[in-house]
Amino acid sequence: MSTPTAPVKKTNRLGLDVLPYRGGKTTLCAGCGHNAVTERLIEACWELGVEPWRVAKISGIGCSSKTPAYFLGQSHGFNSVHGRAPAVATGALLGNHQLRCVLISGDGDTASIGLGQYMHTLRRNPAMLYLIENNGVYGLTKGQFSATSDLGAKSKSGAVNAFTPIDCCLAAIEYGATFVARSFSGDKKQLAALLRAALSHDGLAVVDVISPCVAFNDHEGSTKSYSYMKDHEEPLHEIDFIPFFNDIEVELEDGGIREVTLHDGSRIILHKLEQDYDPSSRLNAVTRLHQASDSDEVLTGLLYLDQTRPSFTKTLNLVDRPLAGLPESMTRPDAAALERINEEFR
Amino acid sequence: MHATPVVNDFSIHVATVNGSGSQTANTVLMRSIFQMGVPVSGKNLFPSNIAGLPTWFTIRASRKGYIGRKKEIDLLVAMNPETGKDDVMDLAPGAAVVYDEPLALAGLRDDLVYYSVPFDKLVAGVCPEPKLRKLVRNMIYDGVVAHLLAIDIEEVRKALFKQFGERKRKAAEMNWQAVLAGQKYAVENLTKADALKVERMDATHGRLIIDGNTAAALGCVFAGVTVLTWYPITPSSSLAEAMIDFLGRLRMDPESGKATYAVVQAEDELAAAGMVMGAAWAGARAMTCTSGPGISLMSEFLGLGYFAEIPGVFIDVQRVGPSTGLPTRTMQGDTLSNAFVSHGDTKYPVYFPSSPEECFSMATEAFNLAEKFQTPVFINLDLDLGMNNWMSELFAYPQAPVDRGKVLSAEDLERLGGFSRYLDVDGDGVPYRTLPGTPHDKAGYFTRGTGHDEHARYSEKSEDWIANMDRLSRKFESLRGAVPAPDVSFNARARVGVVSIGTSRYAMEEACDQLRDELGLDTSWLRLKAYPFTASLDEFIRAHDRVYVIDQNRDAQLLALMKLDLDVALLTNLRSVRYYGGLPLDARTVFDEIARQEGIR
Repeated sequence: MSTPTAPVKKTNRLGLDVLPYRGGKTTLCAGCGHNAVTERLIEACWELGVEPWRVAKISGIGCSSKTPAYFLGQSHGFNSVHGRAPAVATGALLGNHQLRCVLISGDGDTASIGLGQYMHTLRRNPAMLYLIENNGVYGLTKGQFSATSDLGAKSKSGAVNAFTPIDCCLAAIEYGATFVARSFSGDKKQLAALLRAALSHDGLAVVDVISPCVAFNDHEGSTKSYSYMKDHEEPLHEIDFIPFFNDIEVELEDGGIREVTLHDGSRIILHKLEQDYDPSSRLNAVTRLHQASDSDEVLTGLLYLDQTRPSFTKTLNLVDRPLAGLPESMTRPDAAALERINEEFR
Repeated sequence: MHATPVVNDFSIHVATVNGSGSQTANTVLMRSIFQMGVPVSGKNLFPSNIAGLPTWFTIRASRKGYIGRKKEIDLLVAMNPETGKDDVMDLAPGAAVVYDEPLALAGLRDDLVYYSVPFDKLVAGVCPEPKLRKLVRNMIYDGVVAHLLAIDIEEVRKALFKQFGERKRKAAEMNWQAVLAGQKYAVENLTKADALKVERMDATHGRLIIDGNTAAALGCVFAGVTVLTWYPITPSSSLAEAMIDFLGRLRMDPESGKATYAVVQAEDELAAAGMVMGAAWAGARAMTCTSGPGISLMSEFLGLGYFAEIPGVFIDVQRVGPSTGLPTRTMQGDTLSNAFVSHGDTKYPVYFPSSPEECFSMATEAFNLAEKFQTPVFINLDLDLGMNNWMSELFAYPQAPVDRGKVLSAEDLERLGGFSRYLDVDGDGVPYRTLPGTPHDKAGYFTRGTGHDEHARYSEKSEDWIANMDRLSRKFESLRGAVPAPDVSFNARARVGVVSIGTSRYAMEEACDQLRDELGLDTSWLRLKAYPFTASLDEFIRAHDRVYVIDQNRDAQLLALMKLDLDVALLTNLRSVRYYGGLPLDARTVFDEIARQEGIR
């Protein structure tokens, strides 16, 4: 009789297996794109060796906003108010700018009720991952169009959307986000690489993931369904991500790649497809997005990257220690200071 | 000359055009009287406008120390052609009028004392540059009034140079020449025919002149605030701006040259409140300041703060009405709504400061209270307190240390082996919390507004919801012992009591004296400093046959709040005195209403 041996658990650079990166059981529908995104996020955090206690997961309201309960169970999470997660996340970073902030939102939460906060968050460039799980529909309230629904798209009940969509990536590039990507929940390899890169970026990283709703938006006539995405996804490049702690040399085929080094030393490798794409050009990014939309293509990949703009808390010139932990000696001026103020008003 | 001089007991009403630089002239005039040791207050009645509309400034001097608004005007300075006639017609007989000569107001009535002054001619003499004359012109009435009221001209000079500061010496010099020109004209051309007079006293020694917004801002800085988020709105913007100034001067880390605070001008009040929630959740001492319309926008987050138990200080400088309402007029309009704002059984502690020194001290207390009890806390100012000039005691350095409340560190978690976020360990309804970024695998928990059990797990079970709501009630009862007790003036002979909050105290105290002196009616008074109310309010009501509750709003909101809180048996003793005209409350209005209801008049 042979004794079965326990399989060796794989661990990351912190010596942690994947368990601390998992969360509660999902309560979303089987086949929901969001569950795949959650899986990729778990993998990305584990592979990067992100310390779970350092992560703040913040969301608004909606199916997507429920997902912070399904990953990183050891981290602090905050399921806040519909459309207002950006303010809560920004506030959390003011309190402690050493947090790794992961904001999970949806298309209703970001592009409808939360559009104002979204736009102003873009302007400030706080260092966080802003993940939009975009299915073009309100799932929890049973199938109404959202603001990212394409013009002419059909709802499950047969209604045709008469309004032009809001493109969260175009807005992000235009108004100040410094890492902008689009992906598809079904594109496992691309999404995994983009999330790892986004989590390593020192600024606002917007990742808009087309994530089909199997209950209300996966039918013929939908432009956010699995089959539509399979036919219309147009990747800009193949993407690899090499974390800073991994000094693998990449086999480079001549002229076939573009390499970008992030602030922490991590590298993004973009493999050229039909034509070269330079993600540092804002104008080019905007043009390509418009061209793609005119030809019914969904452009995916790293659309835009700017590593020159400082993040919000750097702009505010905050002390290195988190404001949350400053001692009284640093936050309450002394009695002599009050004396001087008293004197000014005598 | 009038037979009996009226010494140190009068009000000066200056009518000018908004944007004409009259603020400096009025402040200098008020400070001059203050420097002579006479208690003063200054009230700016201004329109919602940048320049061009009428504005009035009232200075009250009171040897008895009454610094509320005085209804009667004793000296009018009429500089505005648009309002001159109405301003004169509104005066009581015997009042004095200093007016700009071309307005020719002297013919309107023959029961007033008139002093005509050719301001254009005088300003041309001291200010060769025509463009600057508009800014200097008002300073001339300081010289005229100083002569008429026997204000020491040296005090005017000191006040003026203090006001302009070292950097604007040249401007100060030109303005000083305008004061002298006014004084010279008055000496040579005007014959004193009114009874008003300033005489030196010693009742302002060691005191400050400051507005409530500046005082509250200073209080927040000394409370150790680390995050301020705000959106501009009258009348609270000057609070945020004063804070930005103080923080820049007092809160830069000398070693790194970096800020120990963050200030964010948000895109709206929703975002400002959301950032407070996020920052306080992450462990910052966070606050915002706004006015009623801003509170409306913040109400969803405030409710979340109540249920998710997140600290935060919300300063409401109240104004009149929703939308634009009367944005530059004062009201205690959010008394009831701030106590309960949001939905699903929510309630909050509310401070009612009445003076700059309380704006300062309550701001420092409020941060400790918010963190100790893990709840949003209100500080209700009003426009009168926030934006007008008040005499104030020197600010005292806060005695209580910064108290961050029940926050568990990684070491605590190691020792305890974990924690339950909403478990009432101590029986006071206040649970323990951890901050994001605490390096321990047991630190994390999930924050949500929706149902949760005491371990912060999602729950829609009735019994979990009820248990949580009951614990929140216990927490609110614990708060009752932590908020400041009322200020009481108890008169054993009195059958009548009076209760007020905030700036109503000045009219209340003066009216109580008037009732005693003029009608022989003894009264006690009680000034509430915070909600929830303490037991001393019950005792006060029981000790009197009738208790008048003063409200600066139409619907008797303070009275309504008391009715919700008090023993039903006490309610029949309560009566209401209300004023909602948008001006600071005056004693005569309170006196008249109590006298009427008492059947004395």
